[in-house]
Amino acid sequence: MIEKTLKGKPAYWIWLAILGSLIAIGWACYFRQYAYGLGLTGMSRDVSWGLYISQFTFLVGVAAGGLMLVLPYYIHNYKVFGRITILGEFLAIAALVMCLMFIMADLGQPLRGLNVLFFPTPHSMLFWDMCVLWGYLLLNLLCGWVILTAERKQVPPPKWIYFFVYLSLPFAVSIHTVTAMLYCGLPGRHFWLSAIIAPRFLASAFAAGPSLILIACAVMKKFANFDVGEEAVKKLTTIIMYAVIINTFFFLLEFFVGYYSEVPGHMHALEYLFFGLEHHGEVYNNLVPFMWTATLFNFAGLGILAYMKISKMFDFRLVTVAAVLIFLALWADKGLGFVFAGFVPNPLEEVTEYVPTLNELGITIGVWATGFFLLTLLYKIALGVEHEVEE
Amino acid sequence: MYNKGLIVSGLVIFVLLVTFPIWFNGLDAGPLPKPELPPGGEKECVAPAAEMRDSHMQLLNEWRDDVLRNSDRVTITVGGKEYQKGLQIACMQCHSNKEKFCDTCHEYAAVSPTCWDCHITPTELVKKEAQ
Amino acid sequence: MDNKRRKFLKMAGATVLAGISAPALVKLSSTSAVASGEGGHEAPAASPGNAGGHGEEQPSGVRLGMVIDMRNFYQDQGLLDKAIAACVKAHNVPQIPDPKSEIKWIWKTGFGNLFPEHSQKLRSEKIKNSQFPALCNHCDNPSCVKACPTKATFVVEKNGIVAMDFHRCIGCRFCMAACPYGARSFNWQDPRPFIKEYNADFPTRMRGVVEKCNFCGERLALGLEPACVEACKGTGAIVFGDLNDSHSEIRKVLDQEFTIQRKPSAGTMPSVFYIV
Repeated sequence: MIEKTLKGKPAYWIWLAILGSLIAIGWACYFRQYAYGLGLTGMSRDVSWGLYISQFTFLVGVAAGGLMLVLPYYIHNYKVFGRITILGEFLAIAALVMCLMFIMADLGQPLRGLNVLFFPTPHSMLFWDMCVLWGYLLLNLLCGWVILTAERKQVPPPKWIYFFVYLSLPFAVSIHTVTAMLYCGLPGRHFWLSAIIAPRFLASAFAAGPSLILIACAVMKKFANFDVGEEAVKKLTTIIMYAVIINTFFFLLEFFVGYYSEVPGHMHALEYLFFGLEHHGEVYNNLVPFMWTATLFNFAGLGILAYMKISKMFDFRLVTVAAVLIFLALWADKGLGFVFAGFVPNPLEEVTEYVPTLNELGITIGVWATGFFLLTLLYKIALGVEHEVEE
Repeated sequence: MYNKGLIVSGLVIFVLLVTFPIWFNGLDAGPLPKPELPPGGEKECVAPAAEMRDSHMQLLNEWRDDVLRNSDRVTITVGGKEYQKGLQIACMQCHSNKEKFCDTCHEYAAVSPTCWDCHITPTELVKKEAQ
Repeated sequence: MDNKRRKFLKMAGATVLAGISAPALVKLSSTSAVASGEGGHEAPAASPGNAGGHGEEQPSGVRLGMVIDMRNFYQDQGLLDKAIAACVKAHNVPQIPDPKSEIKWIWKTGFGNLFPEHSQKLRSEKIKNSQFPALCNHCDNPSCVKACPTKATFVVEKNGIVAMDFHRCIGCRFCMAACPYGARSFNWQDPRPFIKEYNADFPTRMRGVVEKCNFCGERLALGLEPACVEACKGTGAIVFGDLNDSHSEIRKVLDQEFTIQRKPSAGTMPSVFYIV
């Protein structure tokens, strides 16, 4: 089926070429960083995790979001999702590859990365993160490939694959729960030390993943003659709406806990994110514009989807706009706000802000481009099979 | 065979590329390395030369785990001489010229251990003092 | 695909898999013996025996700790500089001017930074204007050890020191996120250009690994005191010893004086005490 990636319209090749050049820039930046050290990034002694880990955190959620396509079809027999579960599985693969690349980019000694395997440490959540991430990646590769092959041959998938499909469901929940556990078990970081981190992660994941799939469906409808159908899109928007509402509710609860109790540990990080943190005469607020834009996008996207439901109208372009807004909002929430604010203020109540360097941005964009490159290839295969079968 | 010309020529180029290290230097690996013995004239090491040549890395790893992970810094006595367990504080006391001893064999075998990124060599000490 | 070709590919794939996994299996089954030997040392450290907390002692063995008597440092802030300089020299700690990349094993900071859980309201001039030493607390229940995925940082069972194995650290910086005291530093670049003078008895570190105070394990092995303690010799400014030994000097000091610790609510059970 891989041969399906070798033939395509000019738009396909131009897209891959653009991504390819971004990947090349990313590699060049990485070689510079490998030679000098992580000092080429904007990270510091106080903000010791930056864009790489925050993008990793967000993308684990996107990967878990594929669950929202697989679950209705395989457990609840919702036949309408039959053609798009493969999109969820392939998105999970691309997102997980990006996650692993971001981790490698972030390691101070990447050549020692295998030490996590040689010296397994069950009391470390990073060890379990490695286990579930790889497990979910292999599960998706296996299930996606086998089922797509069966589809191509127009035979029902082999019975044994269903064991792995069902296994991938708790794995999807586990990858994002374990990633949340990286943060919510650290006694020194009050912004993260909350039981609601894992549920919030899952809620925003189940909105972000399907949103990206909707955007991909819109692109494929325009360029690849692939229409998933109005009913599937409508069901996805319902799922996204509920997930966004729940995530917003959880976020507002965090606001309540911080601002009603006025306990500094629970309040200061939110203050830094939304209003700027005043400290020793200086105001630290470089994330404030991002967070308010994200809030605006969040409610605007939700509003668009709600409007369409209430007025019972459907317009795929509006759906796409809403999906883009929601995806960006959730990206800013997890991929910027969550990780960076955990380090502000630092354990000694000092403030160091984090601003990524150009080199760091180059690597980040390079990894995202790699993920999209892989996603394009995988979706090309999936669509190729769909078109082949339709004849 | 389909595309015989393309495949055979491709295979030939592949074999040439893969065996490049063997034929590029005229089937000669170059002169054997001659590591210079310690300038201080010491003749005995913690183990016989043949054994050290074979397994000095294993020994160093054992020492590393003993000292760092088991807090076992007990000195070892070989041939009446006491040695601490460490590259910088034992081995390099005698083998004080890394370039003329360690590097000769490592370069020949194309091995680049990262030990000296951290463990200071006598040459480094001199360089720093000059600054 | 043609059936014969398919059979060939299946056989080839199986052979390659067997060929790769055979030596791997042999290596794994032999190293597991080594690993379990190591595990025997590490497992007690990881066990939740310490998590009982609430001021219980580690029942046996040496538990090294430190009492920092600020009364000496109030009068003589230069003494604190001497202690810090001794540590820097003994361990080849690089002095990096950019505060973002700086590496600190023991350093000076204000009362409000060291003890944010205490009230800062209407503090005395002496407290407000003095600098206090901050360092790794070598906790009994360290969250950094819990976090490390490779056991590169671990509790030394013999004496309670939270040690670093720089050879194993992969530089993931999870321990830095986990430490409630900000005690850890990362080598964002090669530190050697920033080291003023080398101590020939101690290595430097390389870029990409995390480092912190190590309670001078290498000096203790030679019967010496930690560098910072020795720099304050005779003043009693820093008292170092076995917290489990009820007859030790440090226990006498703890018996007679009121001490506070950093962030006791974190549950990490630090081994460093302050008399303020």
